[in-house]
Amino acid sequence: MKVAVIGVGQTKFGEEWNKSLRDLAREAGQEALKDASLSSSVIQSLHVGNMSAGRFSGQEHVSALVADSLNIKAPSVRCEAACASGALAFRSALHSIQAGSSNIAIALGVEKMSDLGVDQTTTTLMAASDQEWEANMGATFPGLYALIARAHMHQYGTTREQMALVSVNNHKNGSANKLAQFPFPVSVEQVLNSTMVADPLTLLDCSPITDGSAAIILASEDYVRQNNIENPIWVAASAQGNDTIALHDRSSLTQMDSVKAAAKSAYEQSGLTPEKINFAEVHDCFSINELVAIEGLGFCNEGESGKFVENGEISLQGSKPINTTGGLKSIGHPVGATGIRQIVDITKQLRENSINQLNSVSNGLALNVGGSGATAVIHILTNQL
Amino acid sequence: MPHQSSVPMSWRLQKNRYNLVGSFCESCNLDIFPPRKSCTKCGKDTKEKTFSGNGTIMSFTHITSAPTGFTSNYTIAIIKLDEGPTLTAQIVNPDKTDIEKKVKPVFRKMFSDGSSGVITYGTKFKVVE
Repeated sequence: MKVAVIGVGQTKFGEEWNKSLRDLAREAGQEALKDASLSSSVIQSLHVGNMSAGRFSGQEHVSALVADSLNIKAPSVRCEAACASGALAFRSALHSIQAGSSNIAIALGVEKMSDLGVDQTTTTLMAASDQEWEANMGATFPGLYALIARAHMHQYGTTREQMALVSVNNHKNGSANKLAQFPFPVSVEQVLNSTMVADPLTLLDCSPITDGSAAIILASEDYVRQNNIENPIWVAASAQGNDTIALHDRSSLTQMDSVKAAAKSAYEQSGLTPEKINFAEVHDCFSINELVAIEGLGFCNEGESGKFVENGEISLQGSKPINTTGGLKSIGHPVGATGIRQIVDITKQLRENSINQLNSVSNGLALNVGGSGATAVIHILTNQL
Repeated sequence: MPHQSSVPMSWRLQKNRYNLVGSFCESCNLDIFPPRKSCTKCGKDTKEKTFSGNGTIMSFTHITSAPTGFTSNYTIAIIKLDEGPTLTAQIVNPDKTDIEKKVKPVFRKMFSDGSSGVITYGTKFKVVE
């Protein structure tokens, strides 16, 4: 069963002190419904991506809260896989349509993070790791990715400058993005000289703490045909890979088997190869993770991502534009919303109304990663059926 | 805001954290740490095994932005034990820390739950000269 994206919405990402969890969800959901010219009464199921409203806002039962905020009475469910919660919610909506239990569904990601102090936010995010054997040892998420970064530098000769270039590229792309938390360019020097968080990663290697929401309306091919929906963007592949929750238990510190497994499946489903992917949204929660993603997705050989970035391949003019609207780094990373936001931005590129429109693109790939790589979710979308 | 570790959780893990008691699969002849009650290869029940704590640093970082209960700055590392398994732990002599350096275990305070809460102890590692 073919499934299409027929409506997208996103709130401004940032520290939105005057907006609550429900305000953010309502705003993104309403915008997606408006984009699809639909009212919430037609929605047959709601799939919410949210990591930790319980700790961030003291609110559980998030699926009911979000449904309530949109006046939806249809069945709702919450999906949680840390920072990959958004892509899982999209996948859940897709599955409900493929299974025939919905014809039209909404996938909505939301996270309200700025109500807590920084140390509590760090602690909450660390709940996505192995609590007993990573978090309790004093590991933090920047810390886990710093362990990956140092191992990558040691094994492949990747440089600090090459990692910094990821932030430079993504901030440059995000500088025109009105929905971004940090819509301004940064230089390599600024990245290298910003506050150290977990060496070798500095503040500007890290995605920020963000409030935000994004939403997508999905519909079956029958619904699209019967209602003469214009410009549907089709889901060409949906795949998930998983690995051990703790980084130390993986076969490699520098390669993510979860990403490779999801990529293999996504390429098989879509009939595409890494070379044929036009552009990608990848999970740059930390600059090093974009390098790991580039290798895991097969855009270059293992260990060569630093050079790949240095050669400008990921820029808007390069052979493989990545994070064309700013990525997690510039747009912000409301953890449960990010996976949905990535697919929103891919949809806009494929509809040819992106803020940084690429020429003649027919497909785009989104990679959303949970934790330090325990969950990887890939979607490929296309404007050609 | 609940703390990340309760008294029962620290108590439950005392043996494993104080003395590096992990697991061993007799069928696969496989050493496992942190402990698991079923083998990661065959799924059969494991037996307990105490690890030496001698190992080698695979990667490390100095944490300068700490979560609740910890005080910046400190160093964490991924350590490959001589028996084979890998774990995450703190290193007590950051100046000597580097990839491929040899380490040995030391018993230390891990973190405290506020000024009046329980103090959790466990194993950290020291780079051997």
